[in-house]
Amino acid sequence: MTARPGLPSFDYVRASALDEVTRLLKEHGEAARLLMGGTDLFVRMRDGFISPKIVVDVKHLPGMRGIIYDEQAGLTIGAAATMNQIARHPDVQTHYPLLAEAANSVASYQLRNRATLGGNLSNGSPAADTAPATLLLEGRIVLYGQNGEREAPANEFFLGPGKTAMQAGELMTAVRFPVPPAHSAGQYLKLGRNKAGDLAIAGVAIFGFSDGPVEQVANLPNLPYRFRIALASVAPVPLRALEAEEVLAASPPGEETFALAAEKAMQAASPIDDVRSSAAYRRAMVRNLTLRGLRNVWEQLRK
Amino acid sequence: MANHSISVTVNGSNEYLTVPSNMTLLQLLRERLAITGPKNGCSAGECGACTVLMNGEPVNSCMVLAVEADGAEVVTVENLAHDGLLTSLQEAFLEHNAVQCGFCTPGVLMSAHALLERNPHPTKEEIQEALVGNLCRCTGYLRIIQAVQTAAEEGGA
Repeated sequence: MTARPGLPSFDYVRASALDEVTRLLKEHGEAARLLMGGTDLFVRMRDGFISPKIVVDVKHLPGMRGIIYDEQAGLTIGAAATMNQIARHPDVQTHYPLLAEAANSVASYQLRNRATLGGNLSNGSPAADTAPATLLLEGRIVLYGQNGEREAPANEFFLGPGKTAMQAGELMTAVRFPVPPAHSAGQYLKLGRNKAGDLAIAGVAIFGFSDGPVEQVANLPNLPYRFRIALASVAPVPLRALEAEEVLAASPPGEETFALAAEKAMQAASPIDDVRSSAAYRRAMVRNLTLRGLRNVWEQLRK
Repeated sequence: MANHSISVTVNGSNEYLTVPSNMTLLQLLRERLAITGPKNGCSAGECGACTVLMNGEPVNSCMVLAVEADGAEVVTVENLAHDGLLTSLQEAFLEHNAVQCGFCTPGVLMSAHALLERNPHPTKEEIQEALVGNLCRCTGYLRIIQAVQTAAEEGGA
């Protein structure tokens, strides 16, 4: 690999209004690219995969870098909020620790000062570290286009490698998360070639919750707890392991149920062989990480 | 290609410059201002040799456009020592021989400096995590980590 200090030529525009962005996207089409943190964009430009004529910096638009929590409305994270901003934010740490953990697992500290939630999700990478948490916490992606604002639920957002529900001419402005259940715990287990800093070979997020206080639900006959599982880097898109979730909804939590759910999660994966891992290894690791995550989250829930 | 007028504070000095859209902050520092502490390694945000502080936080300057640094305060390794006095972090690097070829050192120092600013007493694990984005191909990590530990014991950045 040759280090290319320079970038191919383009015109930089710092956008100051949403409608300026949609106008530029309409005018230039594929030749325009949006810039937030640039941590993926500049690499792809240097590698020659894309050569935009115009780069539109959208991170200075109002609200794009904000993080706002409200007890009724939940959490709104501007699309250009950085990973470090999210990982450090007291309200995210308190109410959405799974998301803070996921943001903190991305690349290196320096890159987390630039990389954004919106960029991570809108690239449509199957390996996007914040995607599993966004799926499990029922994030809604806020998109702005010619016809104004619309929301896409996270579970309808990822369509294929590099493909999302974002349409030509749209930009992502925020991700909204509902108020989490009163009692919950989560964990993102990311396996890389190194302990930190790498893209995921496989990522498994587990979210367990109950709708009422533990004391009230603990003696109910059927299953006070629910679990959600999402996988990264082991299929064309980040996805929920719904059959595994059904197993967990149908049987009491415990080793036997967790083992069966882990098998189902493994079956939900359809990984590829690549430079980071073989498909077979990815499958096995989905099973192991799911089992480990379920044990850990269950232990946290029972505290 | 468009040019942009920017003002940026580099190592305490106000600079007013005209830069093309595609110039990176690293190119601005090295090629316009002759500040050659930050190095061009991978050009992909992997190696951290170009690490500088932008508004107090470490970033890979190869992954920031010069025009994006408009209005920012940038600090490079050149600005750690003052009046000929090295910082305790730099002294600790000398003491531990934490430098081999030296190519990664300016970036490592900036990441470690920023770590000690936000967390004056990091654990070994916290030091390792903070330096994930700084690759040393001489693989002198052990001495680098020891040096940061020593600097932390002696009172921070």
